[in-house]
Amino acid sequence: MAAWLGWQIESNWADPFVFAIYSLVKPLAGALILVFMYAVIAKDGLHSPLFPGVFVGNALFIYVPAVLAGISWTIIDDREHYGMLKYVYTAPVNVFAYLIGRGVAKAIVATVAVVIMLLLGTLALGVPVRLAGINWLFVAATLVLGSAMLSLFGILLGGVTMITARHNYGVGEAVAGGLYLLCGVVFPLDTLPAWLAATGRVIPISYWLEAFRRALLGHGTEAFASLSDGVLLAVIAGSTAVLAVLAVLGFRLAERRARAKGLLDMQTMY
Amino acid sequence: MMSDCYAIRTEDLRRVFRAKRREAKKQKREVVALDGVSFSVGSGELFGVLGPNGAGKTTTIKILATLLSPTAGRAWVAGIDVAKDPKRVRRHIGMVSGGETSGYGLLTIEENLWMFSQFYGLDTRVARARIKELLEVVGLADRSRTKIYHLSTGMRQKMNFVRGFLTEPEILFLDEPTLGLDVQTAHTLRGFVSNWLAEHRDRTILLTTHAMHEADELCGRVAIIDKGRILACDAPATLKRELQRDAIFRLRIADLADARGVVGTSPDVTQFTQTASEAGVDVDAILTHDGALTQLLASVEAAGGRLLSLEKREPTLEDVFLHIVGHGFEDEIREGGSA
Ligand SMILES: Nc1ncnc2c1ncn2[C@@H]1O[C@H](COP(=O)(O)OP(=O)(O)O)[C@@H](O)[C@H]1O
Ligand SMILES: [Mg+2]
Repeated sequence: MAAWLGWQIESNWADPFVFAIYSLVKPLAGALILVFMYAVIAKDGLHSPLFPGVFVGNALFIYVPAVLAGISWTIIDDREHYGMLKYVYTAPVNVFAYLIGRGVAKAIVATVAVVIMLLLGTLALGVPVRLAGINWLFVAATLVLGSAMLSLFGILLGGVTMITARHNYGVGEAVAGGLYLLCGVVFPLDTLPAWLAATGRVIPISYWLEAFRRALLGHGTEAFASLSDGVLLAVIAGSTAVLAVLAVLGFRLAERRARAKGLLDMQTMY
Repeated sequence: MMSDCYAIRTEDLRRVFRAKRREAKKQKREVVALDGVSFSVGSGELFGVLGPNGAGKTTTIKILATLLSPTAGRAWVAGIDVAKDPKRVRRHIGMVSGGETSGYGLLTIEENLWMFSQFYGLDTRVARARIKELLEVVGLADRSRTKIYHLSTGMRQKMNFVRGFLTEPEILFLDEPTLGLDVQTAHTLRGFVSNWLAEHRDRTILLTTHAMHEADELCGRVAIIDKGRILACDAPATLKRELQRDAIFRLRIADLADARGVVGTSPDVTQFTQTASEAGVDVDAILTHDGALTQLLASVEAAGGRLLSLEKREPTLEDVFLHIVGHGFEDEIREGGSA
């Protein structure tokens, strides 16, 4: 039901053409620009052995800002644009289910973008995705864990948005930008300065992207070479569980603070 | 303390807001919105909270509707402590804030309302039937497929009003539901509220308003609130009856612009208000005894005023408020609560 609302809000643009541009072309263009920049700057460009990994990382990373920003925007949108957050709150709905539901619509749109991006890579840029060699079970597990993980990140961020009041429309995208750097999307983790690499290694999204590289390309990056597929999935599952605890506690804490400060129906007048 | 027999109960509720940083330099840092509010509402009541702007009405409702925590004191809704178990409270309540245009702009009225009914897990068929019926009542039936983007403020408010009743909550909070609506619509909605409660006798409504006639017309009992304190709480009729001992005289005076010096300062006058009229001034006054009237009329004449009419009238809730608070609503608004 929340997903239905999310979908209505996503798709109910005055003009389907504008909708297509906004929802698909924007993330696609963003990802492609980064890929091409990489291709130009990196030694050997498109033929660099690192390129396929970078490409897949970029493609899958489309999900990150979509879901993160999607869920944290819902808080602000519902509170200030639609004036509905307080009614959502006074109703007997599970806020988490509601927020995730609203994120689902974004995820569906993002999925289309990801698929287009991967097709483009395979057909036009020679990224060696071999359908035959794909372990679909592994992909499914990665997708499920990934959805949970990103939703939880979104919820955590939503909690932050709820209490940090003013003009935080950019927070989801800003955080996604930071993650882009830290999770080895362009620069493999082992090429980053040690402390950045260490940070990247505690963010589960890094492992999630690695899992996709392995699933689609048959091999991952140097940085994670010591982990077997099973261990990799276990790391993702474990960190998602930890994240779940953090997100729920964090969000509840934020809610409590918001209730104490009267922020649930605040208007920041953007 | 248990309070199962009450639909709503508050005990010494207090709420302090910290002033926003920018304003803090100019004003004192803290705003006391509620200063020890205690009342209880029985199941099936239509209870009114009447007070001027800034009295603390919305704050009270927000606390009861689990949107705001109290600074001190306690409150129970449906017998459940709002601070301890807000989630459980939410199964019993509904809320409508007047003067508000909430709703998902890209959805139609029908979709908005259906969506909301799903928050409460209402059966879709039941929801559709109720939506149709309620839209009929507020005169929005022909607009049910309009995206609310395209609706006027008044129409959106009506939709919000419908939203509150759609789920038939056990306890419904209406925060100034007719605020900003035209007289006709406000009248329709008031009629709807009393009918609804008559048809759903086990439901409870807490309504806030700054319109005295609204409280008078609708509410079984009224709490008069000012500056975060409850000053009186009883049936409107009782409140008025108490005042009736003191007859209210309305004097219409010509050729006198200000009667305060003549009438307002007399030791026999316990309460005085005046409004400018075309001819001069209209005065409402409560006297210590009827005999003081002769003296008063003589003073008016001496000051150059000409008496056009004199009537002894029934007290309204407005008089009650005036009597208790010592100032009228209009004063309050004009003087920003510094009376
Ligand atoms: N979020 C807030 N921050 C600071 N002061 C507030 C806030 N909400 C309400 N107040 C103050 O609390 C008092 C009571 O407000 P409110 O309950 O909205 O009054 P009413 O609904 O009766 O008009 C007012 O003085 C108002 O300025
Ligand atoms: Mg108010």
